[in-house]
Amino acid sequence: MTFTQLAFYFFATVLIFAAAMVVSIRNPVKAALFLVLAFFSAACVWITLEAEFLAIVLVLVYVGAVMVLFLFVVMMLDINLARMREGFGEYLPIGGLIAVLMVLEIAIVLTSGGFGEEQFPRPEGHPAGFSDTKELGRLIYTAYVYPFELAAVILLVAIVAAIALTLRKRPDTKYLDPARQVTVKKADRLRVVKMPAEKRADRTTEGEA
Amino acid sequence: MIPLTHYLVLGAILFAISMVGIFLNRKNVVILLMAIELLLLAVNINFVAFSHYLQDPAGEIFVFFILTVAAAESAIGLAILIVLFRNRRSVNVEDLDLLKG
Repeated sequence: MTFTQLAFYFFATVLIFAAAMVVSIRNPVKAALFLVLAFFSAACVWITLEAEFLAIVLVLVYVGAVMVLFLFVVMMLDINLARMREGFGEYLPIGGLIAVLMVLEIAIVLTSGGFGEEQFPRPEGHPAGFSDTKELGRLIYTAYVYPFELAAVILLVAIVAAIALTLRKRPDTKYLDPARQVTVKKADRLRVVKMPAEKRADRTTEGEA
Repeated sequence: MIPLTHYLVLGAILFAISMVGIFLNRKNVVILLMAIELLLLAVNINFVAFSHYLQDPAGEIFVFFILTVAAAESAIGLAILIVLFRNRRSVNVEDLDLLKG
């Protein structure tokens, strides 16, 4: 067994274990942490497939950004775990049956002979000095430049939507607008009133009262 | 050498685990979103594997776009989750019956 094979089976085992923990663990924070482990193992599996750029992007974008977002949200929300777990295993028999059937069906398709090592021999590795990033960049900015710009628009829409959804005005807070504070004039606040002098109140009665 | 089928079976097992996760955690929206991320990851593994064995970088480009869409989806999903929690004080799917459908 070569090192690549050993690495692949190790990462695949960790990936499946982490995925199983994500869906079965009780605490959502721990589930998010196991999801981080799953994404990291998947990135390692992709390294064995010589997709270095995508592996790094998976770690940077997913583990670095999306999972941190998940963790923030999960920790901010006050989740009632006891109510969430009601009926947890209710659909496990039918769900497990469907999952096992799906894996079996895919296994049947894969072992039917169309995907063997004769049809898909493992290709020779790229020569030293080959840059996966360069190749992907060349394709993205030539053949796939239009989808690439659409992806940028999708991200822009996501930014605007996320901000627009969570933005809210709270009329009950005593918020001071600094811009309006600094432009205030003396005339806005101070009013000089002319009035006749009043008769002085009796001191003794004032003191008793 | 690792045959292509092992990568595809890995993707299938991951897909099945995430499906079971959707069945199991059908009340918790947070775990549902995580299971959807895992589903997309399983699909991406298949794309990367085929891209390598067919020596066609187009598969990797597709993974790139799937990652983009998945990131946008999770950002909007979490924003909806926060608005939901603000209005209902809960992220339980059973409490989301405002539309009475």
